[in-house]
Amino acid sequence: MSNGNGSVRIGFYVCHCGTNIAGVVDVKALAEWAATVPSVVVSRDYKYMCSDPGQELIQQDIRDHHLNRIVVASCSPHLHERTFQTATAKGGLSPYYFQMVNIREHDSWVHKDKKAATEKAKDLVRAALRRVVFHEPLEKKQVPVRSDVLVVGGGIAGIHAALTLANAGKHVYLVEREATIGGHMAKFDKTFPTLDCAACILTPKMTAVRSHPNITMWTLSEVAEVGGYVGNYHVKVRRKPRYVLEDACIGCLECIEACVYKQAKVSDEFNLGLGKRKPIYIPFPQAVPQVVLIDPETCIEFKSGKCKKTCVEICADRNAIDFKQQEEIKEIEVGTIIMSTGFQTVDAARIPYYGYGAYPNVYTSLEVERLINASGPTGGEVILRDGKKPKAVGIVHCVGSRDENTNRWCSRVCCMYSLKLAHLIKEHTDAEVFNFYIDIRTPGKGFEEFYCKLLSEGVHFIRGRVAEVTDWALDPSEEGKLVIRVEDTLIGRVRRIPVDMVVLSVGLEPHADADEVRRQFNITCSTEGWFLERHPKLAPVNTFTDGIFLAGCCQGPKDIPDTVAQAGAAAAEALVLIDAGHVELEPNTAYVLEDECSGCKSCLSLCPYTAIAYHEEKKKAEINEVLCKGCGVCVAACPSGSIQQHMFQDEQIFAEIEGVLAHA
Amino acid sequence: MANSTSGQEKKSYLYFPGCTMQATGIAYGESVRTLFRLLGLQVEELEDWNCCGATSYMSIDERAAFVLSARNLSLARQAGPRDLVVPCTACFLMLRKTQEYVRQYPSIRQEVEGALKQAGIPPMGPVRVRHPLDVLYSDVGVEQIRAKATRRWHGGRLACYYGCQALRPYAEADQAYNPMRMDELLQAVGVTTVDFPLKTKCCGGSLTGTIHPVGVRLNYIILKEVARRGAQAVATMCSLCQFNLDAYQSEMREEAHEVFDVPILYFTQILGWALGGDFRSLGLHRGIAGRNLIGQWFTTPKEVEAYV
Ligand SMILES: Cc1cc2nc3c(=O)[nH]c(=O)nc-3n(C[C@H](O)[C@H](O)[C@H](O)COP(=O)(O)OP(=O)(O)OC[C@H]3O[C@@H](n4cnc5c(N)ncnc54)[C@H](O)[C@@H]3O)c2cc1C
Repeated sequence: MSNGNGSVRIGFYVCHCGTNIAGVVDVKALAEWAATVPSVVVSRDYKYMCSDPGQELIQQDIRDHHLNRIVVASCSPHLHERTFQTATAKGGLSPYYFQMVNIREHDSWVHKDKKAATEKAKDLVRAALRRVVFHEPLEKKQVPVRSDVLVVGGGIAGIHAALTLANAGKHVYLVEREATIGGHMAKFDKTFPTLDCAACILTPKMTAVRSHPNITMWTLSEVAEVGGYVGNYHVKVRRKPRYVLEDACIGCLECIEACVYKQAKVSDEFNLGLGKRKPIYIPFPQAVPQVVLIDPETCIEFKSGKCKKTCVEICADRNAIDFKQQEEIKEIEVGTIIMSTGFQTVDAARIPYYGYGAYPNVYTSLEVERLINASGPTGGEVILRDGKKPKAVGIVHCVGSRDENTNRWCSRVCCMYSLKLAHLIKEHTDAEVFNFYIDIRTPGKGFEEFYCKLLSEGVHFIRGRVAEVTDWALDPSEEGKLVIRVEDTLIGRVRRIPVDMVVLSVGLEPHADADEVRRQFNITCSTEGWFLERHPKLAPVNTFTDGIFLAGCCQGPKDIPDTVAQAGAAAAEALVLIDAGHVELEPNTAYVLEDECSGCKSCLSLCPYTAIAYHEEKKKAEINEVLCKGCGVCVAACPSGSIQQHMFQDEQIFAEIEGVLAHA
Repeated sequence: MANSTSGQEKKSYLYFPGCTMQATGIAYGESVRTLFRLLGLQVEELEDWNCCGATSYMSIDERAAFVLSARNLSLARQAGPRDLVVPCTACFLMLRKTQEYVRQYPSIRQEVEGALKQAGIPPMGPVRVRHPLDVLYSDVGVEQIRAKATRRWHGGRLACYYGCQALRPYAEADQAYNPMRMDELLQAVGVTTVDFPLKTKCCGGSLTGTIHPVGVRLNYIILKEVARRGAQAVATMCSLCQFNLDAYQSEMREEAHEVFDVPILYFTQILGWALGGDFRSLGLHRGIAGRNLIGQWFTTPKEVEAYV
């Protein structure tokens, strides 16, 4: 038997955990029994082993009795393995000479029979006492952390995270898929609950990103490939052609004016199809970068090559237009990554009984944000598709939220933005506004006050889930109107409310490609498709992949205040790693016994962390210690038994099994 | 498709008429069988079938309803691996519901299996229960209907009314909220259908028998909108919808001060007519309302004599 350093001297400790353990397991008897096991030099029971005196006890015993192994029987290793490893290390031993036994969750909490529970505790302790003999003094590896950060998605979350990091002196790559940063917030006119102008608070931050010396901003770009690990990610970014040189264009917009298309004819994406743009355009006046782009699908030069190219003419010496621009791949090295890809709104056409797509005067909330916006397609006037001003407007809450047929979750922001839209529509049109709600949810700071304000403004609130939006009329007052049919649950009646305009308060959902993106970055999603945080309370911006953090709505629906707070937190977490300069890796990794490996490659595809590579010359498998998370899959799968794992060596595991089975 | 027709081989179906096809919905049964014959599809009536267990049973003793349905499903399985075609939407829903509930709820499965065993009936197996709309749209197809039509529609505009039971909750024959397949099939034989938002609204069901004024009002709402949309008749696919809309038009006259005389047809009657079926074998002589229009639209000179 190899046990490292001569004779094994074990110190054993059993914790009472108040009455949590001692109430069921006879801790005194357990300690007395353990004292009789060979190699156990010290055996004690103590009220709270995790307390300072408890830990001190271990350290003192190591010194006094020359202990070289420590076993503590207490709670789950999740809680206090670190604590006792640290105590062991402070006593002068390698922390890996420690083994923990869980006799609380696995024993005292789940059993009533004291005698049997004490016997079970003995079995578990015996296993640990036999195992610990084979422990080895392992060392933690350190890997350096690069200080550059990648931020994916340039909504308010990505913008705030990028600026925070850049202001702390770190270099940030901000990658945004669209032609401008800003995300959803750039589409709004005002923001709840304060009704401050969205552009007034967002535009300065957008331009700050553009001009910050520490930020490299790439719009019309997407991450193509991610490799590496915490501290050392290699990322390839695909920059799609804009057909306009970003450095040369000064944003004078004269080319748009000069375009051979005299009228804007193309459906305008930024305005959700409510307005028109030309083939050469800028998404909106305050777009960042202030650089035009060309849409090759509709530009005549791309279609026929026979355009007069009046845009090039007017651009003259600046020569910013380049029809030959190609896609570009940029390769970068970063230490940490922040995901801030946001959300998409539910496609209202999925709920056919609300008439979106069938009736022109049924709008989504996001479309109405554009109608109300002073720089929107109607210059901020609420005018219907038929050119009329609505006299009565119905706002339908929870469209695609809290609904078994679409999404089950509450989208959190819709009640508040519906109230905001009710206020703004009233302000713009003086129409009668009806809100149809299931519950009003206004739990943020200043939110309930905002709701009360709306109540006193004369907006109608009808409690009930809308059954349908339709155009069938029962009496003349309904002719030519949209009729909202709803059960008013406060008066217990089915009502029909004729209106001119319907606003569907669509919910928030993960992007259609969220699953692809999460695979690319090797992070996890909740069942709904939101990126999953490591712990819902205690690690809300971490992912299960070290060095990748979450900010904003890609993690779940939230409003701007929460998004910004989370973005700040994600930036701070990245800074922790960067400023530490390195990360420590647990030594519980797998390794290949080269002489025995036959090079069959069966382990390669099994590794969930892509930590195993095939060495072509040696014809052997190689495990990257930094990527290995110690899951043990390859160890179990290797047909020749030539993969071993630190802390889970065969002899350790067999000794542990024999210990349990040696039940007297 | 695994079981689509190949070459000259004609697809064959099992047919579950249920009680309605022999009573108020007789014209539906007649037109389904005629249409299937004209399309060259074989239909064999399920032998020894019994009550499907709908309405009264279902609301009084759920277990009995499931067991009744289960017996039919067991017979269908024994009769061979053929799809079971069920025109009556109450029967259709009941059979589908039995299959789903037995699958989902162990307690129901136990009771149903126990009852079948006690009666010495083999267990129910995987049978595909299908509405004729589904068979006509998916197995036959719009193109074949168009190709086989020998008469071009010269009647008025129609509102397609799908009702609730065939599509909810089991939206297999078409979409649940904005179904279009009946519209598409009828358009293939030259019918103009109107945009009809009430196509899946309630016809009152059995309310016309229990709380009569409420039931009649629901039918009034539908017919009023049919007129408002400029349709002259209604195409249905459920015998209860057809009956409710057809039978109480004269009563509405008093309640709503409006005179309705709207033909309420089965979509299978119209398709059957287009494919050359004759007036009586499609049950066209059985309607109550709108007899004049039915006479004008569907009869050839010879048949007019017989009908008038
Ligand atoms: C109609 C409506 C009104 C609202 N009104 C308010 C309000 O008044 N007040 C308030 O506090 N909140 C409001 N909200 C909520 C607010 O929109 C969100 O809190 C906020 O937009 C979240 O910001 P984000 O950066 O997380 O996501 P987003 O705004 O969605 O930004 C995500 C960005 O990432 C980009 N992106 C996505 N995927 C990729 C990818 N794979 N690669 C690169 N880039 C990518 C997107 O193009 C986008 O620019 C409203 C929401 C809606 C729907």
